[in-house]
Amino acid sequence: MVAFAGYDMPVQFPSGILAEHRHTRTAASLFDVSHMGQARLPLGAAAALETLLAVDVLDLPPWRQRYAFLTNDAGGILDDLMLARADDHLFVIVNAARKAHDFALLAKHCEARPLADRALLALQGPRAAQAMAGVSAASAALRFMQLGRFRIGSADCLVSRSGYTGEDGFEISLPASEAERIARMFLGQDGVKPAGLGARDSLRLEAGLCLYGHDIDESTTPVEAGLAWAIQRVRRREGARAGGFPGAEVILGQIERGAARTRVGLVPEGRAPLREGEALHDATGRFAGRLTSGGFGATVDGPIGMGYVESALATPDSSLHAVVRGKPRRCRVSALPFVPHRYHRGKP
Amino acid sequence: MTQLRMTEDHEWIRIESPDTAAVGITHFAQEQLGDIVFVELPEIGKHLAQGEDAAVIESVKAAAECKAPVSGTVIEVNASLADEPGRVNRDPTGEGWFFKLKLDDAKQVDVLLDESAYQAKLDK
Repeated sequence: MVAFAGYDMPVQFPSGILAEHRHTRTAASLFDVSHMGQARLPLGAAAALETLLAVDVLDLPPWRQRYAFLTNDAGGILDDLMLARADDHLFVIVNAARKAHDFALLAKHCEARPLADRALLALQGPRAAQAMAGVSAASAALRFMQLGRFRIGSADCLVSRSGYTGEDGFEISLPASEAERIARMFLGQDGVKPAGLGARDSLRLEAGLCLYGHDIDESTTPVEAGLAWAIQRVRRREGARAGGFPGAEVILGQIERGAARTRVGLVPEGRAPLREGEALHDATGRFAGRLTSGGFGATVDGPIGMGYVESALATPDSSLHAVVRGKPRRCRVSALPFVPHRYHRGKP
Repeated sequence: MTQLRMTEDHEWIRIESPDTAAVGITHFAQEQLGDIVFVELPEIGKHLAQGEDAAVIESVKAAAECKAPVSGTVIEVNASLADEPGRVNRDPTGEGWFFKLKLDDAKQVDVLLDESAYQAKLDK
């Protein structure tokens, strides 16, 4: 056996990743995602943020959040993040590994204040709303991508209806000193169990969501990654505030003309998981791309992956080979997500 | 006859007849790997040298190799793992066995760790 890599993180609880994954899709799980970076920015930073982010920041309504990304001059993604507007400030949640980078970049343009004393919990799954109602009835009335400030016990919490599993759920930013007590309140609700980072990863993969540093990074653009939906019309060509963010020429050009490669879902034949980094070949054996995520989808009950392929091959059911331990394994391109999203969008 | 011997790489081997033995991974190994979703077993008839990669184990967390604890020829594989790889988690030294070897030299087994020596290594 080779070394079992270094597992310092709460990758799983005793029930194991498969059970935690399935529990999240059928009931509700609580994840501690406090390693992610939280920062508070003044409302007046919106214009400055539009010079960094390829999204509409100025018109973001109060108590709403949106997915966004920081880009570089080549159109590559420096980080993906959640941007929210509270009543009197803006709020961002960035990836743990990019905290230092992002906060330094933001600080050059506005008064970003990292919130090192705030923890972050994610409550995810079809029974999340019921569990939330048991802890904070008012929070449970939120709809997808809405947020609000609520008291849970004596704690001042910023709760959004969002998450990264493809399920309905909530993310709760709260004082670190209250985190354990409130986590136990959630775990005391019917149907809620703890889940680790392993299940979080397999859930987000099944939901077709990108993991920074794997599926997206400085070498991938939002268009290649299939994230152009996050760029509102106002920031696109002909929009009132078109461009003006790093890499706008590249990104807006790709929106119009298409990108040479595209992120796709991949399903291999057989049961062996695909792994990140494996090469993808076309039917003639020519290199056509590379896997950026691979794993086992507990809900689809089989191995799945994501990767980038030449755009001509990025159509569902197009046939490729993943080179696994030197041997080609047939894969088909799959539409994303692998499991339908079940966000609570409320009545139309 | 049923006593297990272990390797430092967390494989076990159990002598089943004077010149055949079953091989698998230890309870500790399956626990470290987490839920096992796939095991690639060697081909029957293949000769394995001691320490050679014999099987590939894929879990939800990682991929790992199972090496041949001793030299021998593969005479049987546990085909039930194709549909139920979770057997390795449930019963690693029983129905989660990987393959059986016709041993080149049964004496190679004797020098491997016995259960108490293996446990002592884990406890260190």
